[in-house]
Amino acid sequence: MTPFRTPAGGRIDRGKPIRFTFDGLAYTGQAGDTLASALLANGVHLVGRSFKYHRPRGIVAAGAEEPNALVTVDRGGGREVPNLRATQVEIYEGLTAISQNRWPSLKRDLGAVNDLLSPLFPAGFYYKTFKWPRSFWAKVYEPAIRRSAGLGRAPKAPDPDRYAQLYAHCDVLVIGGGPTGIAAALAAAEAGARVILCDEQPEFGGSLLHDPGATIDGKAATEWIAESLAALGRRDAVVLPRTTGFGYFAHNFVGLAERITDHLAAPGARQPRERLWQVRAKEVVLAAGAIERPLAFPQNDRPGIMLAEAARTYLNRYGVRPGTRAVVITDGDSAYRAALDLAAAGIAIAAIADTRAAPPGPLVDAARAAGIVVHPATTIIGTEGRRRVHSARLAPVGGGPEDHVSCDLILMSGGWTPAVHLFSQSRGKLRYDEALGAFVPGTSAQRERSAGGCRGTYELDACIGEGHAAGREAAAAARRSPAVSATVSGDAPAAPLPGGERSSQPGDAERGRDVAGEGALPRRKIPKRAFVDFQNDVTVKDLALALREGFRSIEHVKRYTTTGMATDQGKTSNMTALEFVATSLGKAVPAVGTTTFRQPYTPVTFGVIAGAARGDLFEPVRRTPIHSWAAENGAVFEDVGLWKRAWYFPKAGEDMHEAVARECRAVREGAGIFDASTLGKIEVVGPDAAEFMNRLYTNAWTKLEPGRCRYGLMLTEAGFIMDDGVVGRLAPDRFHVTTTTGGAPRVLHHMEDYLQTEFPDLKVWLTSTTEQWAVIAVQGPKARDVIVSLVDGIDIARDAMPHMSVRLGKVAGVPARLFRVSFTGELGFEINVPARHGRAVWEAVHAAGQAHGIAPYGTETMHVLRAEKGYIIVGQESDGTVIPADLGLDGMIGKTKPDFVGKRSLARPDMQLADRKQLVGLLATDPKVTLEEGAQVVEDPNAPVPMRMLGHVTSSYASAALGRSIALALVSGGRARKGMKLFVPALDGTAQEATVTDPVFYDPEGKRLDG
Amino acid sequence: MLIVPCPHCGDRPEIEFRYAGPAHIERAQRPAELSDEDWASYLYLRDNPKGLHFERWRHIHGCGRFFNAARDTVSDRFVASYKAGQKRPEIPR
Repeated sequence: MTPFRTPAGGRIDRGKPIRFTFDGLAYTGQAGDTLASALLANGVHLVGRSFKYHRPRGIVAAGAEEPNALVTVDRGGGREVPNLRATQVEIYEGLTAISQNRWPSLKRDLGAVNDLLSPLFPAGFYYKTFKWPRSFWAKVYEPAIRRSAGLGRAPKAPDPDRYAQLYAHCDVLVIGGGPTGIAAALAAAEAGARVILCDEQPEFGGSLLHDPGATIDGKAATEWIAESLAALGRRDAVVLPRTTGFGYFAHNFVGLAERITDHLAAPGARQPRERLWQVRAKEVVLAAGAIERPLAFPQNDRPGIMLAEAARTYLNRYGVRPGTRAVVITDGDSAYRAALDLAAAGIAIAAIADTRAAPPGPLVDAARAAGIVVHPATTIIGTEGRRRVHSARLAPVGGGPEDHVSCDLILMSGGWTPAVHLFSQSRGKLRYDEALGAFVPGTSAQRERSAGGCRGTYELDACIGEGHAAGREAAAAARRSPAVSATVSGDAPAAPLPGGERSSQPGDAERGRDVAGEGALPRRKIPKRAFVDFQNDVTVKDLALALREGFRSIEHVKRYTTTGMATDQGKTSNMTALEFVATSLGKAVPAVGTTTFRQPYTPVTFGVIAGAARGDLFEPVRRTPIHSWAAENGAVFEDVGLWKRAWYFPKAGEDMHEAVARECRAVREGAGIFDASTLGKIEVVGPDAAEFMNRLYTNAWTKLEPGRCRYGLMLTEAGFIMDDGVVGRLAPDRFHVTTTTGGAPRVLHHMEDYLQTEFPDLKVWLTSTTEQWAVIAVQGPKARDVIVSLVDGIDIARDAMPHMSVRLGKVAGVPARLFRVSFTGELGFEINVPARHGRAVWEAVHAAGQAHGIAPYGTETMHVLRAEKGYIIVGQESDGTVIPADLGLDGMIGKTKPDFVGKRSLARPDMQLADRKQLVGLLATDPKVTLEEGAQVVEDPNAPVPMRMLGHVTSSYASAALGRSIALALVSGGRARKGMKLFVPALDGTAQEATVTDPVFYDPEGKRLDG
Repeated sequence: MLIVPCPHCGDRPEIEFRYAGPAHIERAQRPAELSDEDWASYLYLRDNPKGLHFERWRHIHGCGRFFNAARDTVSDRFVASYKAGQKRPEIPR
């Protein structure tokens, strides 16, 4: 056995030694140990260096609230987790744990020089010191500060583990598996409720696990726990150990993080590392317990100084003596229990210093009877010992002679803080309880109730009673309101619990509530190095400084000093800080208020939140029916929304520029084939379809003949361009509407909105058909020649099927909707066939086109060709502030229509201004220069900064057809500037000269549309 | 994540829905007759109440229908939901 292990007792398995390493040194613990208890059993107290001053730090607590003992656990292969609390890490054979924030080693840490320099690092130090020169912040100061101040490092390798997620529903969710939670779960299950009970620890029982003398219903506590869990099992309750209720969200949606393999030496290959439970509970019982408060006395952060109840836990639960000679400093009764238990285990209690003038009660009497010296009205004014405390300096409250007491352990107890985190997250209102000196749950906002320690009830019998009542009430409430239904009122106030008087610790009423202000901290004399927030290295002096500098709101004090902002979110520090601020300002604690508790209760992994949504499953990928052909034929793809689109088809040895130039030439001179399947498609059907189109699009549709198409422009109600696309009228009551690739869902939603809520009298049916049709665009002067042999039942001769028409027939033997449309300026067809035939028809067209030099082309070529023609792309030439007139599309507006969505807005005075940004062409003076898309356009690049921006470049390409670069731009009053020279500044300080032109660069008369 | 009451399908999780802004803002029968000020107010001016809020939702991954709901913006509790076109219910404050 290790040197500080007791000969017997505790819940560890003494027959199972476990070997592990800490900072490379080998140690042995026992099965059931945490890393913290195993280190203490080996006499290791120095476990970390503090955040800012690199002060040696030891283990303070025994649970989730631990502020100091943060370690990195490295399982190899990228399985490296920083900032784990040693108090919650279960040891397993071969565990490799590493301390953090020290270099070169924990014992000799060069960063400790910060501690000597500490007078230079007060609160707000960063804001005050690193102001000049400005450029030094990002490059010099911040990286240096980040290196020397900090926590563990994030792992660099990808996380190789798997994480599971599931949804669960229950009548009653009980969070916290101590005596209160077990009692609540049992009562709820016995009342017939479906119950989930979870606890963050590997073993259920909470405080009972370190209270071996406790009895419940006349049974030993351990027996009661086992029987209760068995009873829960018989009633099919879901009982989840190692599961933290970390977040309480709206409508009783609670996040639980279950750790499945972190405690195993050799996890099964098929086991996920963690599991996210997304629980929707009809009722929630919070039984999260309470957290002991440290005291803010000078040098209260030395290794060997810990919370009294933590020492009791190490002794009773883990069979570890955390020291040999202890001094106890307290302002309440519970520390006496720890002193008594330690004394019984043979640990000398040198003294109990109690800040109360006359500590009353049976526990105090028991301590005296056990021969322990109790000093009333005594406080602690300092400690000594660098890597481990070796003495305490005691003095009477209010001043007097000092007493140096040698010790290697100091137990502190500043009272208890109910763990109201989840209650607060549920948006419940906290209430300050004067007698307890703590915030407790007040008004509920959701269907939950708190019981036991997290409600400020600490006596075991009372906790069990409250737990039972809460469980019973929760089950009944769940029955009354069978669903979390919104329409069912869920606002019944939490039922009153029995024992209306809060049972608190005996003697708590006389608790010296002013310890933080007066006892340990003599008034007006601010102690040095009295830490309030251990994890963020915030001292009483820092808080005092913040107040002196004028900070009054607790939220501001918190942010200025960073108290409560570390990974522990101030579990041990918030109340101490709050009381100090309140006392200093002469206000009551509730008048100062408390900061908001936010999710998560303890840190959760990114992995468990991401679940399976990573790598290939990060988001869905949409592929067209022709995708596989493009992939086989060497296409380079680009992401457009969720779609994979063929970007260009390079031949051997071609770069992108060469490939695009070749594809462009093929379309302009012969024929090209393009996969346009991603176009959004909506079938608008019904007797009122034309009227509906009239109201949703700017154009007039009534007179459009079946078999004809029209370019449709859709506006938002505010008059701005929202979407566009070709619309074909197939029949008087049927339109084939196309939308932009990215706009399809938005357009359908917009149409449904108006149809359902503004024009419900119209008889129209809307159906998304985007994925039902494969769309094959054949463009170029030879397009008709390419498809003529494949078309069946349609006369595609020039006059029989003019530009902007649509016909039904067959293409390559497949039923097709054949459009004669062009997005290139050339003669063009778009063949719509059922998606399942897409690839076959594509291949047939491609084969038929071989005689005409057909080339597959991608989205880049499509963009160049349409830009040469000045055709806009919504979202590129428009940005949500652009109206039709800005783009020269006034002609698309049905002037005689009394109304359409957006029409009234176009009449607003702002829409008539002459200096609106208008679409123009921009030709760089140097034809080889392709202007930067998104770059600003200015009159004079040498004007003083900030100079006036006239607009920006929206599209810019090298045009093979024109043998030079071209660009489109939105320029203020642009149409009146034609012929003017403007400038496009680049990021490197140079500026390109360019001439404003008409936006149509190629074939402005449109002669080529007929081939 | 909220539980949203669809008047057609019942209680469903929020991920099935799309929020659609405040309810009972009627588009004028003849927008052309509105002054610029009234039209701008229709387009842009919205209340942001603390407490009861009448709002539109669409069960976009369910029945696809728009409906109205009354939700308390402080507690997120839905106190009513009803079909589009129905009158705003009287809700005691």
